[in-house]
Amino acid sequence: MSAPNTTAPPAAKGGSATWRLIRAEMKLNVREKVGPFWGVGFPLVLMIILGSIPSLREPSEENGGLAAFEIYVPVIILFTLALLALIALPGTLAGYREHGVLRRMQTTPIGSIRVLAAQLAANLAIAIVAAVLFYSVAVIAFGVHLPGSIAAFAVGWALVAVAMLSIGLLITALAPGRHSASAIGTVLFFPMMFFAGLWIPITQMPPLLRDISHYTPLGAAMRVFQDAYEGSFPHVQPVLALLGYAIICSAAAIRWFRWQ
Amino acid sequence: MPTVVEVRNLHKRHGDKIAVDDVSLTVEEGEIFGILGPNGAGKTTTVECVEGIRAPDRGEIKVLGLDPLRDRAELTRRLGVQLQDGRLPDRMKVAEALELYSSFYPAPADWRWIMESLGLGEKAATRYDKLSGGQKQRLSIALALVGDPKVAILDELTTGLDPQARRDTWELIEGVRSRGVTIVLVTHFMEEAERLCDRLALIDAGRVVTVDTPAGLTSLARVGQRIRFRPSAPFADELLTGLPDVTGLTRQGELVIVDGNDNALNAVTAVLAHRRIAAERLRVEQASLEDAFVALTGRHLDAH
Repeated sequence: MSAPNTTAPPAAKGGSATWRLIRAEMKLNVREKVGPFWGVGFPLVLMIILGSIPSLREPSEENGGLAAFEIYVPVIILFTLALLALIALPGTLAGYREHGVLRRMQTTPIGSIRVLAAQLAANLAIAIVAAVLFYSVAVIAFGVHLPGSIAAFAVGWALVAVAMLSIGLLITALAPGRHSASAIGTVLFFPMMFFAGLWIPITQMPPLLRDISHYTPLGAAMRVFQDAYEGSFPHVQPVLALLGYAIICSAAAIRWFRWQ
Repeated sequence: MPTVVEVRNLHKRHGDKIAVDDVSLTVEEGEIFGILGPNGAGKTTTVECVEGIRAPDRGEIKVLGLDPLRDRAELTRRLGVQLQDGRLPDRMKVAEALELYSSFYPAPADWRWIMESLGLGEKAATRYDKLSGGQKQRLSIALALVGDPKVAILDELTTGLDPQARRDTWELIEGVRSRGVTIVLVTHFMEEAERLCDRLALIDAGRVVTVDTPAGLTSLARVGQRIRFRPSAPFADELLTGLPDVTGLTRQGELVIVDGNDNALNAVTAVLAHRRIAAERLRVEQASLEDAFVALTGRHLDAH
């Protein structure tokens, strides 16, 4: 056998190892189908169905002059974010840990932290694509208004994404295995989506539930989005709530994270 | 020859269980060094400390002059690792995995060549979870070699492979060594150790029993010949056990099994001929590493 070390270094073409890893994780996430199907396809179909109901598209007094459908668009964007962060990400990462994928990576120059980062980046990318897609469909097909301040909306979305991914990492850190990680994520997903107003708009909730909602990650997210709709940067309280979730959950995740 | 791996007085506990009690060994450049022992002897924990994915409780380790924990970044570029239980994501394809892993290293080997030489060419577009056990194992070996390492640590190299695939893998490993790669092989297969290893460390209960060549080990254990035959007429055990060259005699039904030194065969056949007893279906076995292991540790290797 002769030394087969003759080809050009493959790292030279196709970008750096980190970038290749992100692309590989992205490809795997798409093949995994949880993110693309439940995180993008399902909410998109839901949005199109809701948008096709004429009564939901009429402005109403109890929604502060907005159509019910217009309130649903950011809820659906949060649906994607929550599904990716709470269910898809912990399931994948806990599976990697359970199967020794992270340990295997630890023995290569790339290390296992970058696998984690690549998974976060891949999920974030899917979430961004979904958000842009949903708004495009909502604006073009259903004539929904864009938020008054797109910058405020984008900043708010980024903040929510950081908070949700931190929660997802904490689930990964604490769950013993892949199945329990997905289970914990699913159990958290539904109450969080409830407080985002998936079933009842927040404005129509009884006062107690509305107050609770303001302190949940997705309830706070809806307030940030609402401020952005009105063209202003968000109030302090929801921003503090989201920052709190982000900081506490990522600190706890770092403290308890296991690589094997 | 320069020393490539040096382990001195390694000690590692998992909770209150001692996984590695006191292991010292050195691996020289260019050799195939075997770490042999029963399950739970501390083989895997030892190499995981060498790979730098476990922190030892006590002891010193140097690999290519590097500290596996402090000099991780440098070590991972030069060390190829096959983990016993390191899987890949289910939906990653064979060629994708090899291409991705090769991009991690500064001067990788040609991953296509490695894929072909391990017989994985036809499976290039197959997902990891659709591979057979043997194919997964070969991919895992391929990934350990894709960075063109100076040292490769292979843990349970041929577990899950069929006999043909096992022999092919051995040939591949000999080829890799002939290119100057030092190989550390963890195994509980005697045949593999005898066939591949230049030197062996016998590990039992977290300690190194001895380090020697495979031939040295069998002679160290003073196990010589084992003679099996079916006598044409009955005889008393004392007839043979009284011989100075014979160390033991057991019977299995009609079969007589005699253990002794290298002269035992001559002595036994002479005595039998004198009594006009024919030794039918006569077979002589040279002692194997397996016998040496039993003699040195009082334990069987495959006792899981």
